[in-house]
Amino acid sequence: MSAEKHLLPPLVRRIGLRLGAALPALFCVILFTFIMMRVLPGDPAVYFASGPNAGQAEIQELRHKMGLDAPMPVQFLHYLENLVTGDLGRSLTTGQSVARDMQERLPASLELTLTALALSLLISLPLGLTAAWWSGSKYDQFVRAFCSACFCIPPFVSGILLVYVCYYWLGLAPDPTGRINIFLPQPPRLTGLLLIDSALAGDWTAWHEAAGQLVLPATTMALFVIAPLTRMTRAAVISVLGADYIRTARAMGLPTWRIMIVYTLRNALMPVLTTVGIVFSTMMGANVLVEKIFSWPGVASYALDALVSSDYAPVQGFILLMACLFILVNLVIDLLLGVLDPRVSVE
Amino acid sequence: MTMMNVTMRSKRFGFGRFIRQQPVAALAIGGLSIIVILAVLAPVISPYDPLASDVPHALLAPDGQHWFGTDELGRDVFSRILAAARLDLSIAVSAVAISLVAGVTVGCFCGYQGGWLDRVTGRIVDVLTAFPLFVMAMALVAVLGNSIANLIYATAIINFPFYIRIARSEVAARRNLGWVEAAHVSGTSPTRIVLMFLLPNILPTIVVQASLNLGWAILNAAGLSFLGLGIPVPTPEWGVMVANGAHFMSSGRWWLVVFPGGMLMVTILCFNLLGDGLRDLLDPRTRS
Repeated sequence: MSAEKHLLPPLVRRIGLRLGAALPALFCVILFTFIMMRVLPGDPAVYFASGPNAGQAEIQELRHKMGLDAPMPVQFLHYLENLVTGDLGRSLTTGQSVARDMQERLPASLELTLTALALSLLISLPLGLTAAWWSGSKYDQFVRAFCSACFCIPPFVSGILLVYVCYYWLGLAPDPTGRINIFLPQPPRLTGLLLIDSALAGDWTAWHEAAGQLVLPATTMALFVIAPLTRMTRAAVISVLGADYIRTARAMGLPTWRIMIVYTLRNALMPVLTTVGIVFSTMMGANVLVEKIFSWPGVASYALDALVSSDYAPVQGFILLMACLFILVNLVIDLLLGVLDPRVSVE
Repeated sequence: MTMMNVTMRSKRFGFGRFIRQQPVAALAIGGLSIIVILAVLAPVISPYDPLASDVPHALLAPDGQHWFGTDELGRDVFSRILAAARLDLSIAVSAVAISLVAGVTVGCFCGYQGGWLDRVTGRIVDVLTAFPLFVMAMALVAVLGNSIANLIYATAIINFPFYIRIARSEVAARRNLGWVEAAHVSGTSPTRIVLMFLLPNILPTIVVQASLNLGWAILNAAGLSFLGLGIPVPTPEWGVMVANGAHFMSSGRWWLVVFPGGMLMVTILCFNLLGDGLRDLLDPRTRS
């Protein structure tokens, strides 16, 4: 087997394999959105006809032009063709193409989700590591209780309570609406991530402003996923702590922090990284709730507004975007796993 | 049948031991019983009509008259929370029941038959369980229409893949065991093998999953209704109550969010703790 020469370098082959494995699920999602667009009430041809009193003949002709009278499989092929060319339809509420709207709003959601993910990892990695190190102690029990508590607070409740405590009560946080004061000069848009854009432009007032607006929503989302991450870190660290090389490291008198971080945490990271993939998809769902509470101008609130006003093209675009993001994130995690432990990438 | 009787009997007789071994889970059972009793007795014990508005007494802080205060229409929050408990619990239980029955059926079939259909199902289910399912549920309610029944179906559908996966792997692990093969050789039909031999054996695992799932189902259903999906307007539901109360949070009316939010938290916590406790009881190796 190993002597056999492959045309492609292993990394490319690996990426191809993973993407291929994700195809059936992606196909299911596309089929779902297609059925959704066809099942939903409202005939698009009637909508696009010149007026409410457009004649039956005119509507018939439009149906023909839009391909709505073709058999379902043909319509599905058309639909696939549109998707491949990046045509996600047009939003009735904003009047723009869905692809364009989402392009404008995606950075806001990504900035929120990635900050929240970083925050939750910053909290749960040390928490899980120390809980495992002193497992069975009072401290370990406290961490366990903390996780159970975090896990049962719905993000929409914790978000509102955080606003109440930090904004209304203590006056610490800024007005919890939106990303940045629109009356302030905006940093030039490069990545769309305000923290990065303003830092690149050297505009630290804007950076502070953006960071201040980000704290509460990011904390809300982080709280929701701390529990699975901490539990997984703890379990992974405990299984590593029994290994021979940890005993050897201890016997050789290495400093505790070195054993903890270099030998234990690094080896325990694999299952944690796998959990990050699952957690990321939970966060994409929680995004909808958090963006609604904080009037965050991201893709999720865009889709929700569209959903409420029966404008389905953005909803469909949002689901497809989530599916693609999800596949992409899992691909990245898979490749990272290969970097962490080269044995994974050997087939 | 005998299998099931044995498990049930040993559990009933060992309840005292259960409390000593799993005090947290026993506490969770206690909490859940209180919530269920309150929900069942809601029409009898609630001091006010949960739907009756009383505008002169709007937005009152909690006191002896209104234990949990009143909302913007003067409706009693305590009565509404009790009525909502009925709705939330029935949504969660029916959603979990639907997905359990459907998922276990499909999972058992795939796990026992094997073959390419099983592999394809397994692959799809693996990806689906990690997919942002809440988003899927949102779209489902939109497609099916805004009603409580559809909220239940959407919650059931996003729970569905978890049951397929668990039933499938549990059945597949036992498919080639001696006693299954013996039953097969002696001419027992596949349906009978699955129903009489395999199902009772995988039932405990599924019960644990169902308990954990109930908390998750409440969380999802409340999240959907928080977004304004599924629940028609005057009906009290915890997520809807939190959503309405959020508008009054900025003027310091904390009781409109804290009480329904707190009920959500306690209920979800109880289901999760119960699930964890049952899992520890079933398989002490996973005990953390």
